[in-house]
Amino acid sequence: MTFLIQQTLIYAVPLMIVALAGVFAERSGIINLALEGIMVFGAFIGVWFVRILQTSDAILSLKQSGNWVALQGVELLVMLVAAAFGALFSLLLSFASINLRADQTIGGTALNLMAPALVLFFIRIIANQNTLQMLTGDAASWFMIKKSTLGIDKSTDLGFFGETFINKVYLATYVCILLFIILSILLYKTRFGLRLRACGENPQAADSLGINVYKMRYAGTTISGALAGMGGFVYALTTANCASNGDVAGFGFLALAVMIFGNWKPGNIAVASLLFGLFKCIAASYASIDINGDGVYMLAEIGISAHLYRMLPYIVTLLVLAFTSKSSRAPKAEGIPYDKGQR
Amino acid sequence: MKKEGLLQSEGFKSVAASVLSILIGLAVGSIVIIIVGLTSPNLSLSAAWDGIRIVFGGLFSTGRDAAGTLTWGFNSTNIGNMLFRAAPLIMTGLSVGMAYKTGLFNIGAPGQYLIGTLVSLSIALGLPSETMSTTLIWILAFVGGTLAGALWGVIPGMFKAFLNINEVLACIMTNWIAANLVTWLFDISNFKNVAESTKTGYIYKTTYNGVATAKMGLDKLFPGSQVNGGIIIAVVFAIGVYVMMSKTTFGYQLKACGSNRHAARYAGIADKRNIVISMAIAGGLSAAGASLYYLSGNTEFFWSTYQSLPAIGFNGIPVAMLASCNPIGIIFTSLFMSMLDISGLQLTNLTAYNEYITNVIIAVIVYLSAFSLVIKMWIGKLGKKKDDGADANAEPVPAAPAPASAQAETEKGGDAK
Repeated sequence: MTFLIQQTLIYAVPLMIVALAGVFAERSGIINLALEGIMVFGAFIGVWFVRILQTSDAILSLKQSGNWVALQGVELLVMLVAAAFGALFSLLLSFASINLRADQTIGGTALNLMAPALVLFFIRIIANQNTLQMLTGDAASWFMIKKSTLGIDKSTDLGFFGETFINKVYLATYVCILLFIILSILLYKTRFGLRLRACGENPQAADSLGINVYKMRYAGTTISGALAGMGGFVYALTTANCASNGDVAGFGFLALAVMIFGNWKPGNIAVASLLFGLFKCIAASYASIDINGDGVYMLAEIGISAHLYRMLPYIVTLLVLAFTSKSSRAPKAEGIPYDKGQR
Repeated sequence: MKKEGLLQSEGFKSVAASVLSILIGLAVGSIVIIIVGLTSPNLSLSAAWDGIRIVFGGLFSTGRDAAGTLTWGFNSTNIGNMLFRAAPLIMTGLSVGMAYKTGLFNIGAPGQYLIGTLVSLSIALGLPSETMSTTLIWILAFVGGTLAGALWGVIPGMFKAFLNINEVLACIMTNWIAANLVTWLFDISNFKNVAESTKTGYIYKTTYNGVATAKMGLDKLFPGSQVNGGIIIAVVFAIGVYVMMSKTTFGYQLKACGSNRHAARYAGIADKRNIVISMAIAGGLSAAGASLYYLSGNTEFFWSTYQSLPAIGFNGIPVAMLASCNPIGIIFTSLFMSMLDISGLQLTNLTAYNEYITNVIIAVIVYLSAFSLVIKMWIGKLGKKKDDGADANAEPVPAAPAPASAQAETEKGGDAK
């Protein structure tokens, strides 16, 4: 059970934060189809930055002396850098769709094509192979919080909650959850959030009240890019052992589905991403999931093909969308370039 | 006076916008090559110069001579291979372009392509070639694959038409379902290549069963290449789609649904049915592309594909966008795209750079085509301002700096770190 919850969280958290990224863009009126591309880009920048840090002796000595608090600081710094570059990359989308009134679907698709191409081009040049990994060590030994890092003896039992939420976890997971809560409050309880949402519903009305629609849309898309970039690195760190290969296995698109399923509302999105995280977790590690702790790996023993488990998240997404589509309500003005002269 | 008319004509503006996008894309690619050449310790400026020359003229590259300098000339292998690779691209391009004209963004081409691969290969390898004519098997495999792709395209079409679910999302989900399904079915099939022990994870070539696309004499024209009649079939399809979309009532109905679904229904057009049909045609076209590629007899399919989607499917998007979704234009943009592909391979073989730079160029071109309307507007304004000027082809260039510099700046921002 502990394993199941931890694995589910690992898949659910990047989905959740990237789905929120989608919400910020779409609530401001821009369809951000580029989430996948920005994630790929953020993951690459994060891993590359880790590699750069690992060439410095100061950082290496932190690791050797076992200064785990400082290493967590490093992790946060890398997340910040990934977010910054995700935001920068998303400016390509905002510029095209806000200033040049481009087709947002094509613009987003262009970014989705560009990110893996750029990333793979540089990975080949940097590492002379198709995957960029950490220079030394792995994600678990550098950034994972374990009993041993906290100075607790390995044999101590921390109880169910301790074992699940303190042992073998990443700080990034909790930072993302915290950010998710803060940003949801920002979107719903502040003046900025209200204005942002107004631009996605009725930009003409918002403009007539003195809100700068262009600025608000830039803000929405940039926050979106930052979150997606960070989400991309968190995905690479927690599920791919801090490696980047120009691919995030369709997570950006799954996040879009989560966002639509969650009806563009943070609370629903949190629930939806947990559900998808669970299915992703089953697909990835169904053979080693022991639900009730009796040593029987039930899912593996039913004899269903691994291929079916891998298909499940996508089939479920389609089915769920089919059943919820009637009640779903997208922001009214999303995807429509804002034109001041239009009535 | 006459030239002003030319600059204002819609067709000219479309072509000019596409040419401009291509030039800017190539320029951005060159800039990236130069930056990498200057900053990377193991690359020199002359290596960067070689890289740029190959990006532009890889088609006519014949390798390096004994002294290590690049040599150029007519390369029948390269040109034949370009034609061979263009055939499936034309089909996926038609698929995306045709759907786009009917208001649907068919990002599901990779999935439809995979399903086409599955069914075509299964028929081509499964039917007994001892008792049946191989030509008949080829035709059955081609038609079967195409129909299967059409059925696969119907799924997102139904979701869009009856449940109003964004076709982009439905297509993406069906893509991944297709990738897993194809892997699964090939995994339990007996088409996996076990005859050649060096090849693991591949399906037999169709020549194993004696099935291959007719060469139609093209192999005489371009000796040493993989070219076959597929390119001719693809061109025929392109012309067919053009006629269907522009010259028939049926095509007009599809387009009417695309521009305004509700108005079309008001005019008595069955909008739901048309959405499903246009996704079915799009799916069929993509799958036909897969059939052309894998029935050729000299290509092998890597069956464990559940983690990746075929690039040819996605490349249908840039091909279609660059041609403004015009079926005839798609023939030329596919040729251009497969030329870039060849250049990419030459780049990997002959220099320290790799083929992904051509994907960057393609992405930049798609990005620019997203606001091709704005570019067209600039070109139109340019024509009004200047009464007489130099060569008409050179005219659009002055409008370039705005997007080019913005693009390059952000690109540099990404590189600097």
